[in-house]
Amino acid sequence: MTPMRPSWLEGSLVLRDISDDIARPLDGRPDPSWFACVTASTIALGIGAACVTYEVATGIGTWGLNKTVGWAFDITNFVFWIGIGHAGTLISAILLLFRQQWRMSINRSAEAMTIFAVVCAALFPLIHMGRPWMFFWVMPYPNWRGPLWVNFRSPLLWDVFAINTYLIISLVFWYLGMVPDFATLRDRAAAGVRKHVYAALSLGWNGSHRTWARYETACLLLAGLATPLVISVHSIVSMDFATSILPGWHATIFPPYFVAGAVYSGFGMVLLLLIVTRRVMNLERYITLQHLDRMSKITLLTGSLVAFSYASELFTAWYSGNLNEGFVFLNRATGPYAWAFWTMVTCNVAVPQLLWVRRVRCSPSALLPISILINVGMWFERFVIIVTSLHRSYLPSTWVMYRPTAIEIGTLIGSFGLFFTCFLLFIRVLPMIAAWEVKGLAGARAASEAHGVGV
Amino acid sequence: MALASRQFLVATFSSESTLRRAARLLRDSGFQIHDAYTPYPVHGLSELIGVHHSRLPLVSLAGGIGGCVGALAMQFYMAVFDWPLNVGGKPPNSLLAFVPITFELTVLAAGLATVAAFLLRCRLVPTTSADSMADGTTEDVFALALRQRDATVDSSEVWSLLLESGATNVTLKEVSR
Repeated sequence: MTPMRPSWLEGSLVLRDISDDIARPLDGRPDPSWFACVTASTIALGIGAACVTYEVATGIGTWGLNKTVGWAFDITNFVFWIGIGHAGTLISAILLLFRQQWRMSINRSAEAMTIFAVVCAALFPLIHMGRPWMFFWVMPYPNWRGPLWVNFRSPLLWDVFAINTYLIISLVFWYLGMVPDFATLRDRAAAGVRKHVYAALSLGWNGSHRTWARYETACLLLAGLATPLVISVHSIVSMDFATSILPGWHATIFPPYFVAGAVYSGFGMVLLLLIVTRRVMNLERYITLQHLDRMSKITLLTGSLVAFSYASELFTAWYSGNLNEGFVFLNRATGPYAWAFWTMVTCNVAVPQLLWVRRVRCSPSALLPISILINVGMWFERFVIIVTSLHRSYLPSTWVMYRPTAIEIGTLIGSFGLFFTCFLLFIRVLPMIAAWEVKGLAGARAASEAHGVGV
Repeated sequence: MALASRQFLVATFSSESTLRRAARLLRDSGFQIHDAYTPYPVHGLSELIGVHHSRLPLVSLAGGIGGCVGALAMQFYMAVFDWPLNVGGKPPNSLLAFVPITFELTVLAAGLATVAAFLLRCRLVPTTSADSMADGTTEDVFALALRQRDATVDSSEVWSLLLESGATNVTLKEVSR
């Protein structure tokens, strides 16, 4: 019998098998390939830590910034990482509200990705401050420096609140989702330290239906809150640019354009992470080819929105008749940073067109390079928006070129190191698939099969 | 608190459908079910057990209103009364510019209030020990518990009803508190 709808779980429906599979990476000795990945990412993290230490000790002058180009690599990285996080919230919150069953085996790792990406993102404004130990000055707290408060009219402050709220709500949502799984792990663990840790983390969870009923309400409420939150976060990030009067930044299309781009790049990263982990952790029967197919479709949709935004920006630059606006876009496509612009267009407009083909959407080996190119493209999008708008604006006497220094490149490498190290540790110490949700899927299917009804 | 123990009749099942069938049988025979213990949320049990709609949305709403009012009050006090700084000629009371932070703090307060209320209401705190009614309810065992107050736990009718409906095991359990 061919199922009417795809089944999101292949193989055995026995509940104990599911927890065995999900708990296995936490128990056994990891695969040599895991050690290889951790070694590589720790080296990258070390490079980043050295660069950041040098920068903090010496000053922002170690970066290639100048009076004209005051934002470049650091803010590009910030916007890039904060965007990556958006796919996680889309999967865990928006798809929950839409009752999409395929989110169940990927939501945990996507949420983890969100948290690590937000942490990586927060690093960049922090080190750009020059004196990161004064970070708390961005918070409105009572102080002895006279009546002195933060500027609530600044989008940069809005960002502080948006990103902190996003990080806190994502962490809470992530932890809450893991509580039932911690209880399972607690009951599986032999007496010892691990059992105590799981016992504390599981908060005395015993699977009571009264608790489950409230739990589902709480999760639904959090999803309802996280949905507008995630849209607001990248909208506010885009306002860092859009509320300025700089040609190339001052555009009303920015909030939806940035949100679409964020989800697009985030799905690129989810694809990359899951294609690798499903293989390394032997989770192919949970993260199936059909999951990859669905994620590719969302990537294609959001990629098309991004392409539409590019076209709309170019059209407006021409149709508005505004000389400055027109020049910025001509300079992007034909100026000294044209190579970055065309990299962006190739990766974000041309490459995702391959996803129209079903065979590509279901092929991990084809999706892996595509997902990497999407991330490259989206990084360059932010670079193009930031650097090409700044380096040649209204006053030709201020025109300069920007070149990143080795320290800046090292910091970018370090942020990837931080992200992948966190993710690799996560798949080793926490259940990377929501066991209780997958069990619910399996149990419901077993129940309906027992009644002879197809799901 | 005096040491009192409560008796429960606990029946275990191997699947959600047998659990649901047993719960329906018990309810139809007039027995009150104390609670069910399942490895994942089984839908349709709430009506059989008598779990009412959660009032968590109200907590969420209250938290949201608190966050919204608090954020607006904070921004008005700081930017309008205490330190009316002229930024780009904008008026001190630039309400539109206060919207993003108000929104963020509304969501933050509503979310944290919801989770805090949920955890406290269900007594889920790190020091709680899981007083499990039956082994394996977090793994693959589905259990129903009847309280002595609600059912005559030693009445043969309940025992036979449970065993008929496919229970793998029926036991008496004392929970001390």
